[in-house]
Amino acid sequence: MIPAAFEYARASSVEEASNLLSKFGEDAKVLAGGHSLIPLMRLRLAQPSALVDINGLKDLDHIKEDGRKLRVGALTRHVTIQNSSTVKEKLPLLAEIAGEVGDNQVRNMGTMGGVIAHADAAGDYPTLALMLDADIVTNQRTIPANEFFKDLFTTALAPDEIVTEVVFPVATGAHKYVKFRRRLFDWAIVGVAAQKMNGGWRIGLTNVGPTPVRATAVEEALHKGAQPEEAAQHASDELDPAGDLRASPEYKKHLARVLTKRAINQAEGRQ
Amino acid sequence: MAVSQLVGAKIHRREDPRLITGHGHYIDDFTRQGAAYVAFVRSPHAHARIKSIDITDASKAPGVAGVYTARDFKGQLAGTHPAAPAFVAEKKYIPERFPIAEKEVCYQGEIVAAVLADTKGQAADGANLIQVDYEELPAVMDLEKALKDGGPKVHDGAADNVSWDLTFTGPDVTDAAFKEADVVVKQRILQNRLAPVPMEPRGVLAEYETYDKKLTIWMSSQSPHFIRLFVSGAMGLKESQVRVISPDVGGGFGSKISPYPEDYLVPALSRLAERPVKWIETRTESIQNATHGRGQYYDVEVAAKTDGTLLGLRVTQFLDVGAYCGTFSAFQACACLMAGGAYKWKGISARTIGILTNRVPTDPYRGAGRPEATHLVERMVDLVAGELKMDPVEIRRKNFIQPQDFPFTQNFGLVVDSGDYEKALDVAVKLAGYDDLRKKQADLRKQGKYLGIGLSTWIELCGFGPSAATAPATGGIALVESAQVRVTPTGSVIVYTGTHSHGQGHETTFSQLAADQLGVPYESIELRHGDTSEGTAFGYGTYGSRSLAVGGVAISKAVGKVIDKGKKLAAHMLEAAEEDVVYEHGSFHVKGSPDKAKAFGEVAFASYGMSLPEGMEQGLEAVAYFDPPNLVWPFGTHIAVVEVDAETGSAKLEKYIAVDDCGNIINPMIVDGQIHGGIAQAIGQALYEEVVYDEDTGQLKTGTMIDYMVPSAGEIPPMSLDHTVTPSPTNDLGVKGIGEAGTIAASAAVINAICDALSPLGIKHVDMPATPDRLWHMMKGTSK
Repeated sequence: MIPAAFEYARASSVEEASNLLSKFGEDAKVLAGGHSLIPLMRLRLAQPSALVDINGLKDLDHIKEDGRKLRVGALTRHVTIQNSSTVKEKLPLLAEIAGEVGDNQVRNMGTMGGVIAHADAAGDYPTLALMLDADIVTNQRTIPANEFFKDLFTTALAPDEIVTEVVFPVATGAHKYVKFRRRLFDWAIVGVAAQKMNGGWRIGLTNVGPTPVRATAVEEALHKGAQPEEAAQHASDELDPAGDLRASPEYKKHLARVLTKRAINQAEGRQ
Repeated sequence: MAVSQLVGAKIHRREDPRLITGHGHYIDDFTRQGAAYVAFVRSPHAHARIKSIDITDASKAPGVAGVYTARDFKGQLAGTHPAAPAFVAEKKYIPERFPIAEKEVCYQGEIVAAVLADTKGQAADGANLIQVDYEELPAVMDLEKALKDGGPKVHDGAADNVSWDLTFTGPDVTDAAFKEADVVVKQRILQNRLAPVPMEPRGVLAEYETYDKKLTIWMSSQSPHFIRLFVSGAMGLKESQVRVISPDVGGGFGSKISPYPEDYLVPALSRLAERPVKWIETRTESIQNATHGRGQYYDVEVAAKTDGTLLGLRVTQFLDVGAYCGTFSAFQACACLMAGGAYKWKGISARTIGILTNRVPTDPYRGAGRPEATHLVERMVDLVAGELKMDPVEIRRKNFIQPQDFPFTQNFGLVVDSGDYEKALDVAVKLAGYDDLRKKQADLRKQGKYLGIGLSTWIELCGFGPSAATAPATGGIALVESAQVRVTPTGSVIVYTGTHSHGQGHETTFSQLAADQLGVPYESIELRHGDTSEGTAFGYGTYGSRSLAVGGVAISKAVGKVIDKGKKLAAHMLEAAEEDVVYEHGSFHVKGSPDKAKAFGEVAFASYGMSLPEGMEQGLEAVAYFDPPNLVWPFGTHIAVVEVDAETGSAKLEKYIAVDDCGNIINPMIVDGQIHGGIAQAIGQALYEEVVYDEDTGQLKTGTMIDYMVPSAGEIPPMSLDHTVTPSPTNDLGVKGIGEAGTIAASAAVINAICDALSPLGIKHVDMPATPDRLWHMMKGTSK
């Protein structure tokens, strides 16, 4: 189908992009990689009044090591993250996750900032950002990830606010992202990320609720010395996932437990 | 071409360089000067009464050239959707269908209005401004409820929801078998509803020339001549006034055989608006409106002896027709006639019930009835084997129709032309390393892992078909095939076929065939199809694995006629008797004197000149029709190896073996390609695909390719292919069809493998699609 008519403007600076968003009003959207937004527009499920194209903002396309932090620009494409030697060295779990997003076309176009701002429950980066206490930097402020994801497709961003960078901690310990899906290019039915960090575990769950979930009960059980299998039983504590065509709620909860066990085991080199 | 014989050679497909580099000509590549675009307004409800349609805002929208509703088409189009009477002899009810709804909509997606505009976007915007006031009516979705008296009707005011109810053979023919039985196995088997999802959706471009009263339709179709027949009739035109051109077609799988509402409405709009009109289906429109496949369930019973001898089979088919009876909906009842599979039975009883629901109509989808037959008989044979603790290979061997039995008249009187089922089974069992797989399975079971091995010893009837059977089935026109061969003065050859490729590689296969028979270079042959203004008076199209076994034979016959005329002329030129002239390697020569010869090109040139034999007309061309004496009967054995994840229920295909027999092979690469694609499509049905509607509201829930899960290359396992060759005695080429074989065979192999894997848990049967969620629920003993 053909999208409904919309205004289009290409910004040459973050400031201009923000001004354009203010000018066009609440129904305007930022266009980055477009791999979520444009399909929604073609189906007319999204009918933004205007698109502010930020693809010209090259300074948002960066990966920088900054002491114990890894700064990833909002316009950095998945393929860049996947192949970056800096990411592979400083936060290899992020490179692994980037390599599992969609297919080649999606990875060539889709961006870090786009995934974070879109806040799809099935997005992979939000899980990592939440569990590692990343910071979301915008043109106005810095928002801790645990205050950023409010609800399904809903974030703390103001209408004229643009994500410019995501700042992750460096983490080089044992790690794994287990993404359960039917087809290679699909979103996760359920995904589980495990990262060993500062002597403990960080465990994050994808697509088991409207926002990403940090499995603190699992982390605590592991901290107290529980075996992975035993600790993983807590992965579904307090989960209330919605069912869909791919999975019933009870199956999603079951997957959360099974995949948590697998993520921890595989992170440590066990099958 | 560096091959001495073209038939049997793996020649790269002639059409591929153009198709894979983006130089093909699909329907959206065509336009006409001044064309308007049409967007259709479709019902959002499965069942509703149309109270009023407000077109005021849409009519005033930018670029909108016209808004049309049902009454505008009343004087333009006549008649109802054609439904072939095949298998509906005891026809109860075929609802009237006009291409655009006036008072009642009966499925989500049914057209209620058309908006014509200068651009595609303006047409879509205009369509969004149409206000339709609906009064919702109850949607009939469940087949069992639909059959009950007194419930809601698919069409308001109808007597019932039964389109047909035909008993082929009553239970009495199986009474003796069931009386004799040591064991009786019963099972209900579902066939999930599938969307065809051709890579290229449908599309129609029509230009009606007001003063010449000529209509040209460009569209993506498997059967352009039938479209000409139906559309000219509905529009009150003579067939000679209508030309249908179907260019490169990007897949159809059966969904581009029958005419659709848009096929009538777009030409009618062109006549109304006096300008060319174009419509290209969106992907969502395609999933919503292109005829679906399968959508059935079966109640099946098998009687057998303790030693594994199969005795009797009872089958009832419950078929979801959808809201209207499709042109070939009832053809799917051939599943009943094929339910016996590759085995001998004392008796088979079969009944088919076509049930209307408020869904889009079903019609043939790759295999049409034969995958369902294979799936049910192969499942039942495994259930009997399980009950008797027999190996699935052994029970099959024991019951096969034997090579010496052919031609074999099966329980419904169909004559199976040829077969050697055990040979194909032996090759497959060896290729799979069957005994080792069983050992591996036993080892893995000890480790708590679920490996399964599934067989499907499939057979098929295809190559439609003999006039005596097909003309009554379609209501008049026999599904034979035509060909025309024209030789130009310089000796190049144009072959016209009445079939139409939608991905099968006809340009290559048929050129191989004609070049070999004529002994001329492959490059000299030009294959043309898909245009009703070219070639023979009528072409019958491509479906049911018929193109080679019927159309190819017609080509061969026409080539034979050309050679016969060439011989007469060459004899005259060589001053020899006609019976002394031999034709070999592109040259006519006198028997025993190879020097006394005329090349094919010389004879062709001479045929357009003077000094022809007494009474011979100029030219070198011929038309032939082939009316096959029987259908053709391919067969084979497929073996799937699946591991089901004990924790997640995810079924992973480890290995896939396919040994198929389609008689003589013209191009092995194309045959393998057909098998690969067919298997992938059946894996789709077995594990991934299902059209899902809300059971209460009739809303389609799988309207995009995110939700309608067609597997990608990543989900298809490596396949090991082999062939046996049992030439068909039905035609001179010894060929059988292969286009549907993979799809017919594979769902049974995959599901049998899953059931085999889960047999230690007491799981006997799994319905499709075998999703991880479904399997997990079954494995933990709860149903989903």
